[in-house]
Amino acid sequence: MTRIFETPLYPYQRSPDQDAPKCVRHPVVVVGAGPIGLAMAIDLAQQDVPVVVLDDNDKVSFGSRAICFAKRPLEILDRLGCGETMVKKGVTWNVGKVFTDTRETYSFDLLPEGGHKNPAFINLQQYYLEEYLVRRVRELEADGKPIEIRGRNKVAALSDNGGFVRLEVETPEGPYNLEADWLVACDGANSSARRMLGHDFVGKVFEDNFLIADVVMDADFPTERWFWFDPPFNRGQSALLHKQPDNVWRIDFQLGWDIDREEELKPENIDRRLRAMLGDDVEYELEWSSIYTFQCRRMEKFRHGRVLFAGDAAHQVSPFGARGANSGLQDTDNLFWKLKLVLDGTAPETLLDTYSAERTYGADENIVNSTRSTEFITPKSEISRLFRDAVLDLAVDHEFARPLVNSGRLSVPCTYDGSPLNGPDTDALPHGLRPGAPATDAPLDGGWLLDRLGNRFQLLLIGCEGPDSLEESGVDVEVLHLDPAKNPEIGSRYLGGAPKAVYLLRPDQHVAARWVDHDEAAVRAAVRRAIAKG
Amino acid sequence: MSRLNTKPNMADADEFYARLMAAHDGLTKTQSDALNARLILILANHVGDAKVLNEALEAATNSARQQAGISGKEGRKP
Ligand SMILES: Cc1cc2nc3c(=O)[nH]c(=O)nc-3n(C[C@H](O)[C@H](O)[C@H](O)COP(=O)(O)OP(=O)(O)OC[C@H]3O[C@@H](n4cnc5c(N)ncnc54)[C@H](O)[C@@H]3O)c2cc1C
Repeated sequence: MTRIFETPLYPYQRSPDQDAPKCVRHPVVVVGAGPIGLAMAIDLAQQDVPVVVLDDNDKVSFGSRAICFAKRPLEILDRLGCGETMVKKGVTWNVGKVFTDTRETYSFDLLPEGGHKNPAFINLQQYYLEEYLVRRVRELEADGKPIEIRGRNKVAALSDNGGFVRLEVETPEGPYNLEADWLVACDGANSSARRMLGHDFVGKVFEDNFLIADVVMDADFPTERWFWFDPPFNRGQSALLHKQPDNVWRIDFQLGWDIDREEELKPENIDRRLRAMLGDDVEYELEWSSIYTFQCRRMEKFRHGRVLFAGDAAHQVSPFGARGANSGLQDTDNLFWKLKLVLDGTAPETLLDTYSAERTYGADENIVNSTRSTEFITPKSEISRLFRDAVLDLAVDHEFARPLVNSGRLSVPCTYDGSPLNGPDTDALPHGLRPGAPATDAPLDGGWLLDRLGNRFQLLLIGCEGPDSLEESGVDVEVLHLDPAKNPEIGSRYLGGAPKAVYLLRPDQHVAARWVDHDEAAVRAAVRRAIAKG
Repeated sequence: MSRLNTKPNMADADEFYARLMAAHDGLTKTQSDALNARLILILANHVGDAKVLNEALEAATNSARQQAGISGKEGRKP
């Protein structure tokens, strides 16, 4: 059987740029066709911004990586045209259980609120996400959108010349040069772009190793996230079991710091661990296994001149909160429209500094959460182990201790509190939708609100009179009149107790400003502010 | 806003102290540490208020620091 991660998806093809007499300049070059680079390119191409993606490989990413995708990234993927395929293929889950030894100590139910298009979480192998994104790229190409992926094009040298970026690219047929007005580096945690430009990447390494195995088996474990502290089959360490589509199960074994990597990776040793956990009579096939050490770190700034960093290239977290790819998708969601407005000359370049400001804020949130989880799972001192064990023990009989049990705080959307782009707010409207927050979904006229939002600035007039369209500083603002009487969830989620409301939304569906009544001058000022012109 | 109460607040302080000691009777250092950790967590949850807890952490930290300064193992810096 040829697995998806063995099939070239974007095989090398000679580009006319390689034979051009003069170095060709592109508006945007994306380095890396991982999930984040692909999402970036799709988002730009959907906006008719010409984009070229370079990747040193030609296949989807290898083996066991991201599996949990949260609601907000699914909403972003919906805007990119891949969300529905993901949810259809993915395994939807809500319940997580934590065991200590053989006892259940804690469980959570994500209990999603009704009236949202997307579930709280799905599990899906990262290679499916990448495959769907590549398929979407092909669709856009067929529609004549300006997007191109170049496989086995390795960026070997980079320089920012102030007005543009110069790249040296290696291919199977030799090197060539390219220029880009803007470069988006999505080349992963070991980003060569970051290294070539000499930027630092600081944070901490957790002194621990995890064996990650993806196992194909017919098993009747429920569709729940199961996490063990100190289980009989992995004494003194932790373990995780989680279901993926195609009868694939993700199993993690914490191994500790002082291990013999090669020894641990021997098939007979992996088998011994799996047998101890699953029993001797279970039939399984190992799809993939690897040993990881986790880190939490980020670049100080995500914009350096004409180079923008996104995804793991910009920030890296331990995977216990499923915050890696999930946050990378929030990066590109934040960046696509800013880059488009700057390329069009509608917004000043300083708008791109707000990409860095907003997404470093998001990265910090993820790093704090992932660090706390990792420190609970891998206590760094005798005393932290003592308290950790006390929490696990108390949690069995005492409800109060259960929220202290930390086996991963799962990815939640980022609200850009304090962003320089945020405009006026009012206490009269629900706190969860304050400026900086992503719009909340709700049923709308037989469909979904979020399916109507994004890709441009929009003004929601909810039970409120106002214009049918608006143009400010070169930005076309689409006006949506929403009737809360016909759509009660929009009423309850967007108005709270207020009789009416006006929300200005950015192209990434985040709230820019809001009011309890329409005031054209105020809306215009908020649009200018949201594009860094105010 | 409540504040950390550092005035005497127990009806029978001697009685509490004796019970605390009794709880540790016969325990090894490790077992005592485990008991203390549980006690701290139980009491912290009862207090709940983040401001009071922060003040308590600060009061304990300062006291421990002072003690380390006076009779710390490495002695006072010259
Ligand atoms: C065990 C594990 C579990 C995880 N679980 C989750 C999870 O449940 N949920 C979640 O959201 N995240 C999870 N993650 C994190 C997730 O896998 C990453 O955040 C995600 O892959 C980052 O995507 P990226 O596109 O930024 O980088 P990558 O996927 O690393 O892609 C980088 C791309 O750049 C290319 N490249 C590199 N250098 C060059 C160059 N010089 N020239 C051209 N191309 C280059 C590479 O070939 C690659 O295709 C997990 C990670 C691990 C390891």
